[in-house]
This record gives sequence, C-alpha cells and structure tokens, in this order.
Amino acid sequence: MASVNLLIAVSLGYVTFLFAIAFFAERAAARGRGAWLRSPLVYTLSLSIYCTAWTFYGAVGYAARSGMEFVTIYLGPSLVMIGWWWALRKLVRVGRVQRATSVADLISARYGKSNLLAIVVTIMAVVGVTPYIALQLQSVTLSLSIFSTPEDTGELNQLVAGFWVAFGLAIFTVLFGTRNLNANERHDGVVIAIAVEAVVKLIALLAVGIFVVWGIAGGIGPMMERIDTSPIGQWDMDRSRWVALTALSAAAFLALPRMFQVMVVENEDERHLQIASWAFPLYLMLMSLFVMPIAVIGLDLMPAGSNPDLFVLTVPLAQGQVGLATLSFLGGFSSATSMVIVATLALSTMVSNHVVMPVWLSARADGAQVSGDVRNVVILSRRASILMIIGLGYLYYQFSGGGAALAAIGLISFVGVAQFLPAMMGGIFWRGATRWGALAGLVIGFVIWVYCSLLPSFGPGAVLSVGVFDEGPFGLGWLRPHALFGIEGIDPTVHAVTWSLALNALAFVSVSLVTFPGPLERLQGAQFVNVFDHSTQARGWNAASATSEDLMVMTQRILGADEAQSLFRTEAHRQGLDGGLPEPTQGFLQHLERELAASVGAATAHAMISQLVGGASVSVQDLMAVADESAQILEYSNKLEAKSGELVRTAGQLRDANEKLTALSVQKDAFLSQISHELRTPMTSIRSFSEILRDTEGLGQVEKTRYASIIHGEAIRLTRLLDDLLDLSVLENGQVSLRYEKGRLNDMLEKAILTAQAGSVGSLDIRRRQVEGMMSLTTDLDRLGQVFINLITNAQKYCDAPNPKLVISVEQDGPEVAVIFADNGTPIPAEARSVIFEKFARVSDQKGSGAGLGLAICREIMTRLGGDITHLPSDIGNTFVVHLPRRDALAAQ
Amino acid sequence: MSEQGRPPVFLERRSYRRRRMMDALRFLPVLGVLLWMVPILWPTAADGPTTAEAISMSTAVVYVFAVWCALIVAALALWSFLRLSPEMGEDAGTGQR
Repeated sequence: MASVNLLIAVSLGYVTFLFAIAFFAERAAARGRGAWLRSPLVYTLSLSIYCTAWTFYGAVGYAARSGMEFVTIYLGPSLVMIGWWWALRKLVRVGRVQRATSVADLISARYGKSNLLAIVVTIMAVVGVTPYIALQLQSVTLSLSIFSTPEDTGELNQLVAGFWVAFGLAIFTVLFGTRNLNANERHDGVVIAIAVEAVVKLIALLAVGIFVVWGIAGGIGPMMERIDTSPIGQWDMDRSRWVALTALSAAAFLALPRMFQVMVVENEDERHLQIASWAFPLYLMLMSLFVMPIAVIGLDLMPAGSNPDLFVLTVPLAQGQVGLATLSFLGGFSSATSMVIVATLALSTMVSNHVVMPVWLSARADGAQVSGDVRNVVILSRRASILMIIGLGYLYYQFSGGGAALAAIGLISFVGVAQFLPAMMGGIFWRGATRWGALAGLVIGFVIWVYCSLLPSFGPGAVLSVGVFDEGPFGLGWLRPHALFGIEGIDPTVHAVTWSLALNALAFVSVSLVTFPGPLERLQGAQFVNVFDHSTQARGWNAASATSEDLMVMTQRILGADEAQSLFRTEAHRQGLDGGLPEPTQGFLQHLERELAASVGAATAHAMISQLVGGASVSVQDLMAVADESAQILEYSNKLEAKSGELVRTAGQLRDANEKLTALSVQKDAFLSQISHELRTPMTSIRSFSEILRDTEGLGQVEKTRYASIIHGEAIRLTRLLDDLLDLSVLENGQVSLRYEKGRLNDMLEKAILTAQAGSVGSLDIRRRQVEGMMSLTTDLDRLGQVFINLITNAQKYCDAPNPKLVISVEQDGPEVAVIFADNGTPIPAEARSVIFEKFARVSDQKGSGAGLGLAICREIMTRLGGDITHLPSDIGNTFVVHLPRRDALAAQ
Repeated sequence: MSEQGRPPVFLERRSYRRRRMMDALRFLPVLGVLLWMVPILWPTAADGPTTAEAISMSTAVVYVFAVWCALIVAALALWSFLRLSPEMGEDAGTGQR
C-alpha cells in the first residue's frame, strides 16, 4: 500500500513539474518562440478540461449505477464539435472579433454592453460553478483517502487536505492566470499545463482500462461476456434522460465558462477548431472507451457497498497494482486541478470585470480619470476574485461535509450554466434578441433551476421542507419542485432541464419580441449576427469630444505605458501623423475600446471611454443617415472645392484681362492723343503757309519758294510719320513678312553708316572697331540695316557733345553676337530710360524732330527677328546694344 | 496537356465537389444525432413482459462506439479533404453563401 505521504510527495512533484512547464511555456511565449504552444494539438487537449474529476471518477460510478447513460455526457460535446460549422464557428469568430473575455462579457457585449446583464450572468456562473469546484476538491481528497490505511486515518483530515489542495490551486492560478492582464495575450502557461494534464488523465484512464480488459478479464471477448452477465448487462435506459442529458451536455459544453475560456478566449487560430472537430471527439471517445469495462469489473470484484465512483482507483489497488493506482490518482488529480484552474480563471475574469471594476470605478468620483495605474487595480481585483472563488468552493465543500449531495452536483451545475444558452445562441443568430429578453430568460431560467434543481438537491427538509416537495409552496400544488404545473412522473433532472430551458427560451423570445432594443444593442446585434459579412464594426462615439491626451492617460493605466504608447504610435502612424498623438477618430476609439475590453471587459471599457467621450452613442438610423449624409456631403464638398478653385482661377484671369484691357485703353488714349498732336503740328504749319501763299499779295519769288519748301518739308515729315506708324502697326500686328538673305555684318554696318551720313550734315565722328573674321549671317538684311541706320541717325540727332562721337563695335561671346553703338552725348536720365523704347517717347523736346517712333520700331524689328535691343546706362554717354538673333549668329560661324 | 486546354471544367468539378463536401460537413452532426438517438427505440425491461427481449449491454456499447468512430473518421476525412482542396483557407471558415 502506498502511504498517503508518498502520494502527497508524488502530487507535489507533479505540481512542481506543471509549474515548471507553465513557467517555461510563458518564457518561450515571451521570447516569441511559443508557436508550438499554440498548435492545434494543444488547443484540442486544452478542450479536455471538459473532462473533470467528476467525469474521470464519476463516469465509472455513473456506469456502475445506470449503465450506458454516462456516455450521454460525452455524446453532446462530440455532436457539438462535429457540428462545429453550425454554432462553434460563429461563436469563436464573434468572441475573437469582439475580444470577449468571458461568457458574461460576450452576452453583455451583445446586448448593448449592459453591465446589469453581465452581473446577472456572473452571479449565475458563480452560483452554478462554485459547487462544481467543491466537487473537484472533494474528489481529490476522497481519492487521497482511498490510499490511507486505517492506521493513518487520523493523520488525514479530509477538510485540512481539501484546504491545502485549494490553497495550492489558488497559488497556481494566481501565478499563471494573472500574469498578463490583456486576455488577448492569453495564458500560455495555463494552457500548456492543462494540455499536459489532459495527456496524463487520458493515459491514466487508458492504462487502467487496458489493465482491466486484458489483465483481469482476459481480452475483448471475455470482457463482453462479463459485461452482459453483469448487473448492468441489459439495456435499461430512461429514454427521456438519454435525450435530455445529451442535449444538456451539448448545451453546457457551449455555455460553460471554462469551456468558453479555452475554446474562444484562448483560441489562437480558427483553423484549430476544424482540427479539434474530429480530434476532440476522438479524445472523448478514448476517455469513455474503458469506462464500462472498469465499472463491470469493479462491480464484479469489489465488495458490495464499496463506492463505485472510486473504482478507477480501488480496482488496481485491489489487484496490488500500486503504480497503476498512483498513475490513476494523478489522472484524477489532473482532471480536478485543470478544471479548477480554468474555471476559476474564467469566473475571476467575470467577477473582476463585471462586479469589482465597475464598483471600484463608480466608487471614485473622478471615474476613469483617476490618477495612478489602473492596471494594478485590475490585476489585484482579479487575484482577489480567484482567491474568493476558490475560497467559496472550499467553503461549500466544508459545509456540505463532502456528502453524497456533491455527487449530483455535476449535472445540476450543467443545468445551471445551460441557462446561458438561449441568450448566447439567440444573440449570435437572431438580431431581434433584446437585452430585456435576455435578462428575462436568464432570470426565469435561473429561478427555475434554483427551485427545481439546486435546492432540492440538498434533500427534502434541508432547504425546502418536505411539505414543499409534497404539497408545493403555500399549498400551491402546481408549484411542486419536481412536478411543475402538476405534471408528475418526470425524472427530476429531465424535469429541471426541460422546464428551465423551455421557459427560459420562451421568456427570452417573447420579451424580445415585445421590447425595443436600444441603438447600441441593435448595432451590436447586427455585428454579432452578421459577423462573417463584416468583421469590422461601427459604433457611435462622438469622437470630437474626446481628447487624445485623456485617452492616452487612461489607456496607459490599463495597458501599461509601453503598450499604450506603441498602440497610439501605430495609430498616429496609420493616420499619417508621425511623432504626435493620433486624432481620436471613431475608428480609433472603437479599436481602443476593444483593446481595453480585452483587459477589463466590454462593459467596463465602454463605460470608461464613454466617461471621457461623454457617453454619446448614436442610433443605428442616425449612424446610417450620418454615413449617407457625410458621403454625400463629402462628394458635394469635393465638387464645390473643384468648382471654387475653377472660379478663383477664372476670376484671376478675368482680373488680369481687365487690367490688360484698362492698360490697353490707357495706351490707346495716349497713343491717339500723341498721334493727333504729331499730325497736327505739321498740318498747322502747312495750313498757315499755304494760307499765306494764297492770301498775301505781292510776295516775292524768294519768299514764295521759301514758304513752299517749308510746306514741302512738313509734308515729307508727315509722310515719314505716317510711314513709321504704318511700319510699326505692321510690325506689332505680326503681319510683317521677313525676307531672309545671307549677308555680312561688316558690309551691313558699312552701308548703314553711309546711308545715315548721306542724309545729314552733322559732324558725327563715327568710328568702327573692326571685327576679326568676316562674320556672315542670314536674316532680313533690310530690317536689320534699318535698325542700325536708326541708331546712327539717333546719335547724329541727339548727341550733344562738343565733339560728337559714335563708336560701333561687334562683340562675340560664344554663340552670342552683339553690335554695340556707344556715343558720348548726355546720358539719358534714369527715369526716362524705361520708356525710350515706347512709342512717342522722347527724352526731351528741345531738339527733337522725330515723332519718337524710331526706337519703338527698332525694338519691334529686333523682336521679330528673334533678337533684342537694350540700352546700357553709362556715365559718359549712351550705349545701345543690339543682340543679334542666336540662330543668325550660329549661322555666322 | 488536355487538362491545360480546359481548366474551367476541371475547376468546376473541384469546386462542385467542395461544395458538396461542405454540405456533408454540415449534415454530419444531424446524422450523429439521428444515429445516437436510435437507442431510445430499443426495448427495455421496463416496457413490460410483452415486448421483445432487451438488447444486451455489449451490443449497446459496440453500437454507440461504432457510431462514434464512424463520425470521427467521417469528420477527419472531410477535414482533410477540405484542407487539401484549393481555396480552403478562408472559405471553409466563412462558409458558402
């Protein structure tokens, strides 16, 4: 016989081993080398927390009492997994998209983030699961007591042992369950530990089974014979229980908080679910494969009256297989501990997020804008919740005294958590489900469960008096706990399952039908039901009223400084604002809310953000209208912007055009007045002298000739003026036709000097600086010559130096060729310089005989030829530079 | 060779087969429920002496576990088929519309 002390030592060693595995898994995950931690195999094995000590030990006892009925507990989950496509697929997707941290969080998020609903679900879960935790503690201490010999019964106080087991589990859960706050980061250590435990319990059960079938019965054939000849050798099934328990286990599999934790919260990849869809039924099948043989052999071998719940241990022990019994003990121990750890983790998340945190937040006047790190508070509250739940489980165990009442608690607990199912499934498949419907269904289901299942389980006279069982409360016969509405003869469990779930679903549906969901509810409903259509979501935060600083401060407190900063930095980068805080856009707020929800739950995260944002949530219609409107407005505003840009451009063009027109009009006026003046002067003298010739008698021949020659001179001047005007007009209008010829620059200058000197009597001394090489060019030689002549004539006319002098030189700078005309007359004043090339511009009137068109014509000609003419100011005279057109200059090379 | 010449026909058959496999996947739990609910039709001793003799427990055990194994094998086969077939990735997750 193995002593209890040895067994305790083995257990401690095993727990230390689990600690080490969890620790190294966390380390590996933290270093990013944890990919293997998240394999489909680990996911499937982690689902095995469904198989608790109740199923490990209890299934054999169950089989010994009721034959094959035990298998219904496994059939339901197998069907759910094989039919993953129908419900689990959507549940997992919704849970991941919404970052649900627990069943309560999921339900609360679905129904408009109602914290009331979350609290109700949390309380129901705690009430339903705490006895189950007590059951695990009981199974561990009970199995321990099997090993104790009568001598050391005194040293094994079951309650004390239960306390130490509870204490150890609490430590483990606190250490590995609350290391990371963000549930999204998941509990790698816990998951790997329960995966290892899953292997241990499977191996343990298989080992015992193989020993029983081949070691005791002697093979499959003899085993079957022994089954048929055993007290449970005939099919004797309560049909309603077969159906109801299968359905119940399926429902509980979906709704159990610990199953939600491993199936949805700890899910890394949705594809793992597909693999688990066949792998987990396989696991369940293996777990139940040898239950029946062990039960039959136990009934056969063990003395009458021994506890069939412990056949898994007692049969090997009775055969002297201490090692096998120890392995079996470890299997049961694994089942119990993994269930307690995960269930506690799931419940503590609920309690912390939906009870402790909201109370804590509302107890503080400044709400979310508290100083200090909220993270510590969340972790602290979660640890306190873990201790509280395990403490509750232990208290329950202590007060129930480890009696037989606990054995029934497994199914009772299932019925309790199955009450979540209508609200959960209705929430993800039916958009019409409302918060009040969910609340009504949950409360009615819970009340019926407590009244028909939980309280009667303590036995008649314990909580409910015998009178209530027989006559109903206050003599109302139709309210008897095992015969509601007077329908008798139903199995109590089937009775509780049927009535609680039926009335739950009825209340859920009918209240949903008559109530109207709030805007947020409708939005969330659409998000949940259509999760595959759009995994993004839109909720109405009035983004403008939240400042990024406030959000940042709050986020830092929950996620920690580093994570919050990286979150905000990423968002700012996404918004294109590098090196600053992001704008609190709606999208960002939703993202942030979901991040926070992963830490503190949807309702709390919603409440925290709404405190900063001002609680503005918009109705669905509003949102849609706003979305439509803003799309239209955006379009309009884009169009308007384009149009207004066009208008601005047009207005600018118009303004320019107007200015040009005004300027042109001014020019035209000036031109007209100039030209009238220029024409009038010669006309006046012509008229005067012709009148003298006509009217004056006795004029001498000399005088007549003089007057006539004056008239002639003036007429010539008029003609020249008109010629110039015509010339200028032709040039300006671009109607001039240029005749390109080839000629030499030297020849042209020579000719121009001769021409200019021929018509004048001036004493201008013209000097030429000879150019090297014979420069030839192709241009309109006559027009270019006209420019040269004009410049020389100007010098003749206006050079007022005592010894007037004009120096003509040619300069070449690469392809640029310039002809320079420099005289030594009075420099043109600076203010006049800008206008000398304008029409009718004359520097001074005293000596002028020209109309002031010469330089204007020169400039026009040079522009037409592709060159330019400029005036260079200098101290000793005036210099005009004629830049020859580039093309011509090149030709001159 | 000739397959390259007419890939549409080939693909169509593949995707048609895929769709039917998805149908089978959806139908599998229904089949499971039907098969596992067969035991409620079996006679029991409680039905009275006029009914047929109750089924032996070994038969019941074999039946239940045989159905179980069949379902597991079918689920495994469907999973591996759908996993190996092209366009599995997201479509198997989102399902068909």
